[in-house]
Amino acid sequence: MERRPQLFRPRINKLARVTIFVGALIAVELLLIMIVFFRSNFWRQVNIAIEQPVAFSHYAHAGVVGTDCRYCHTSVDQSHFANIPPTETCVTCHTQVKRDSPRVQPIWQSWETGEPILWQRVHDLPDFVYFNHNVHVNNGVGCTECHGQVNEMEVVWKTEGLFMGWCLDCHRNPEQYLRPVEEVYNMEWQRPDDQLELGQQLLTEYDINVSRLSNCYICHR
Amino acid sequence: MTTNSDNERVDLAQIRERLAGAKGQQYWRSLEEVAETREFQEFLHREFPQGAAEWDDSLSRRTFLKIMGASLALAGLTSCRRQPVERIAPYTNAKPEQEYLTPGIPAYYASVATPRGYAMGVLVESHMGRPTFISGNPEHPASLGAADVFTQAELLTMYDPDRSQDVRQGDAVSSWDNFVNTIAPQLDELRAAGGAGLRILTQTVTSPTLASQMQALQEALPSAQWHRYNPVGNDNVRQGAQLAFGEFTDNIYRFSQANVILSLDSNFLLNDPGSVRYAREFMSRRRVRLDNLEMNRLYVVESTPSITGSVADHRQPLRASEIEAVARVVAQRVGVADVTAPELPAAVSSEWIDALVSDLQENQGAGLVLAGDNQPPVVHALAHAINQQLGNVGTTVVYIEPVEANPVNQTESLRELVTAMEAGEVQMLLIIGGNPVYDAPADLDFGSKLANVGTTIHQSLFFDETSATATWHLPGAHFLESWSDALSFNGVASIVQPIIEPLYGGKSAHELLAVFLGQAGTSGYDIVRSYWQNQNLAEGNFETFWNRALRAGIVAGTGATVKSVSLQGGFAGEMTAPPEGQIEIMFQPDPTIWDGRFANNGWLQELPDPLTKLTWDNAALVGLRTAETLGLNPNDVVEVRAGGTSVRAPVWILEGHPDNAVTVYLGHGRAFTGRVSSGVGFNAYSIRTTDAPWFTYGELRPTGESYALACTQDHATMAGRELVVSGTLASLREDPEHPPFMPHGHEYHSIYPDYEYGGPRAWGMVVDLTACIGCNACTIACQAENNIPVVGKEQVLKAREMHWLRIDRYYTGDPDNPTVHFQPMMCVHCEKAPCEVVCPVAATVHDDEGINNMVYNRCVGTRYCSNNCPYKVRRFNFLQYTDRQTESLKLMRNPDVTVRNRGVMEKCTYCIQRIVAARIQANVEEREINDGEVQTACQAACPTRAIVFGNLNDPESQVRKLKAEPLNYIMLEELNIQPRTTWLANVRNPHPTLAPLVPVEDHGPAPEEDHGTTPEEVAPADGHGTE
Repeated sequence: MERRPQLFRPRINKLARVTIFVGALIAVELLLIMIVFFRSNFWRQVNIAIEQPVAFSHYAHAGVVGTDCRYCHTSVDQSHFANIPPTETCVTCHTQVKRDSPRVQPIWQSWETGEPILWQRVHDLPDFVYFNHNVHVNNGVGCTECHGQVNEMEVVWKTEGLFMGWCLDCHRNPEQYLRPVEEVYNMEWQRPDDQLELGQQLLTEYDINVSRLSNCYICHR
Repeated sequence: MTTNSDNERVDLAQIRERLAGAKGQQYWRSLEEVAETREFQEFLHREFPQGAAEWDDSLSRRTFLKIMGASLALAGLTSCRRQPVERIAPYTNAKPEQEYLTPGIPAYYASVATPRGYAMGVLVESHMGRPTFISGNPEHPASLGAADVFTQAELLTMYDPDRSQDVRQGDAVSSWDNFVNTIAPQLDELRAAGGAGLRILTQTVTSPTLASQMQALQEALPSAQWHRYNPVGNDNVRQGAQLAFGEFTDNIYRFSQANVILSLDSNFLLNDPGSVRYAREFMSRRRVRLDNLEMNRLYVVESTPSITGSVADHRQPLRASEIEAVARVVAQRVGVADVTAPELPAAVSSEWIDALVSDLQENQGAGLVLAGDNQPPVVHALAHAINQQLGNVGTTVVYIEPVEANPVNQTESLRELVTAMEAGEVQMLLIIGGNPVYDAPADLDFGSKLANVGTTIHQSLFFDETSATATWHLPGAHFLESWSDALSFNGVASIVQPIIEPLYGGKSAHELLAVFLGQAGTSGYDIVRSYWQNQNLAEGNFETFWNRALRAGIVAGTGATVKSVSLQGGFAGEMTAPPEGQIEIMFQPDPTIWDGRFANNGWLQELPDPLTKLTWDNAALVGLRTAETLGLNPNDVVEVRAGGTSVRAPVWILEGHPDNAVTVYLGHGRAFTGRVSSGVGFNAYSIRTTDAPWFTYGELRPTGESYALACTQDHATMAGRELVVSGTLASLREDPEHPPFMPHGHEYHSIYPDYEYGGPRAWGMVVDLTACIGCNACTIACQAENNIPVVGKEQVLKAREMHWLRIDRYYTGDPDNPTVHFQPMMCVHCEKAPCEVVCPVAATVHDDEGINNMVYNRCVGTRYCSNNCPYKVRRFNFLQYTDRQTESLKLMRNPDVTVRNRGVMEKCTYCIQRIVAARIQANVEEREINDGEVQTACQAACPTRAIVFGNLNDPESQVRKLKAEPLNYIMLEELNIQPRTTWLANVRNPHPTLAPLVPVEDHGPAPEEDHGTTPEEVAPADGHGTE
């Protein structure tokens, strides 16, 4: 019987080994890349301004004019939902101010037709998360802690990725972030040097049970 | 259908033998359990039957994978999509927000439901204009804060995608305006003729506005006639009052005043318009606590086993026709004049009657005798006479003018209509509500007689059997969508206010009648409001009066006054003996879908019947003896023959059913093809006649075929363990601190460390088994509150029903007349929960307040937790049960509870959404949560207040006090998993001279102190721990 030559030479073994390792490495790297990608600010749309049907400027209203958040977000201290104001809220001022500005026209249109303005949600949590504004603002969590300096944004964007770890950071050690309830809506609030001391004091004052804050049913149900 | 040789037959004689030979007290759930059939063993050991986790649609799993492999891979990638854009649509006008609405916080509106014609006060929870939950109105006399299953399930009916959405003329889609214009000339003709040829058919009407419209119509068109028909009506009650007093009355019972109650086939805990209140009053006299060792005593003589008979201290099954004999004997014994009494039926012992009569006589003025709607008029008259004789009138029973507008004998009323139809005298027939083509007695043949009518107009919520034969069909408006009013069983008026605009453009009955009154286009609001304006009930400003009526849910200053009646003699006559040798066929409304009006309601179809635990279909219910005689087994198909007609029905053996009789539930077998009601059950109306609406005689003929009934009684079974504890009042009184029937306390030790609770609150629950009447209100409340899906019959057969709260029903004693125990069962929130330690992904964990949290977003569906749960209260979404496509159902869901998808485990959360809401409210207001502030959905719905929930750390809380009662016991205490839910033992109060129904069991000497927990005892309760 004729002896056929070997198809693979011995040094091919090395190639096979390298391929296995490189393959595994590529797989791991792909995984890592995916993790990094899906956790990235790009994917989470952090720092990306969201265009709205009305060219409403938080900068002008909350920053320049200095309107309190609760003028429009009326239920922020009563309900889980902070509320998007009815068209009527806009109209009350704009009958007097900038009545004919083209930027206000969509408001007038909505007011005349009764068709609601369809705002786009910027901070959208998954449906199995039950965030409640009421309990946060009444216990010294300032608006800017999650929403950033809205008073400086022409168009609002997310300043945080809203990851669960980010929530838990505060739920586990709230003293790092708490401020007196009177300062919750203060856009210019700066953490004092003795923040941890202040935080501890507020924890007692507001009767916040920290161990419970990391229970699952606090946010999920 | 299959031939019944495929199924394992149950040997009834052997069951009898086993039960007779049982030592001590044995509780069982089903005959299959006693017989230890293969199927039962399977349910016992496996929780889900073999292969339940497999894909077994017409595709094999392999084929499925082949076809779907690629698409699944693609589907997996869809999760890597950006979150879909969500839009927020605020109001344009700020008025609703400023006046009554805080966005995100539900508003509650008082209204009334009329599921069976009479008002039941409700509070409707509305989330930004969407009704999401119906609970009872504490201010309303018929509700007192609780609600029955029908009232609660009306929510699903309102959102039902199968509801009629178009006006139809014959087969063509038309419009309301077109209807109004088309019939205008016909109406003019009718007006010219004074209304001759116009007939109106309604169901029982209690709405004062509708009654006044009818009156106005009859004044305008004097020759028009108004007929009324309800398939499950109270003709017998009316006729009975006529016999006894010479006039119609409604009877109002005051169970809180009654020490001894005799029910002659009356299922007063479920079937009466006042049932919810009656249940509360009745149970208020049965709460045995250390400081109250008094109980009332209930005797029930009944045909079809009912929940009322199940809570009785003495229950006597008798055929419906034999109950008159008992009524006569009792009447004669207590001294009612002119009553002839026949021999007692053989099944009733004279000691039984002696005990009953002596009890009634000793409690003159505090006794109560009442008869069921299905009993002939003479039994009602006898009950009136006995009450009169014993001085009970005025204390435990009072009479009022009938609440119904213009009460008539409805069967006669319908018969007159059909006669007129036959004679061709009816030019126009207006049918408002109801479904006579389906539910009228078969001998009237209503459907085919409709052909003789010129124009038939049918208004209803569904395009049903009657709509299909009518000239015009008009979609009706649901009570959550329209203005109306109604009276409760005791005559208190309430305004029905809409919570949402009509979803499908339906109109109310008021708006339809306005067309006939020449006021087309008048809104329901104006009609109802102007009626009340004309009543001049307001002292001062009408606006204030109106708003107060809407806010409170009742109209002040209404309610029936007590009417004095005098008994007429000589009504009793002679009793005609029922025919021998034939099977008695008894008709009953279905306990979950009533007369068929809820047939397309998935919640109610899938709700297990309180006693048979059957879901979906109805069955021919027979007792053990009858089954033995005829050689029948459950699931065998028989032909039920009566008066020349017959219907095929699967058999179900019901413990405690009288011999030689069969019960068929009405309401199933609809020809109407809704996505729920299609192909469910058989139509018992097809053998029901005007002469014998409640019981008739016929025969059962086996067909040799079989039909699979979806019964839940063997699902989630925990056989062989002491789950129910019960005893008698007499033995409790011997030693109230340490009742002899209670299990002895043990001291257990655990290898697991105690959980550190950091919070000020420890939630716990107590369920009083004495108070539980098995009415299922809690199950439906839970389903509505927690977005629990309906799974369908096929899935129920595989034990995949999703109810978080089930009511287990146990029997003990003689299978021909057993004692029944109901036990609501849901997650008990163990402190050392076996489910938590086995979850590989920590999806079920403990929290600081002792609640066992189930985290859906972490769950990967291993089902280890469910396998390790000794109470079998966890439910798994084997398939995508939640309907994510139907738009209307999306509106119905509770936004405070996650909607679960396929592959996720779920279970009772103690209504965590309600706890969180209260906790946040209390936190913001800087106070503690008050006792009773958090009510779980089941607790709030319970008519008898059997469920109590609260904070165990609060020494003043009701739940803490109940846990200190000697009747409190821990289910499966030997597992030492320390459940937060405990039960109060079931206590009954049998007459001392009768053999106690519940024998006292000797629990043996207390065990040794060092009885530590062995590894076997913490092992899964299904006994073999591996799967």
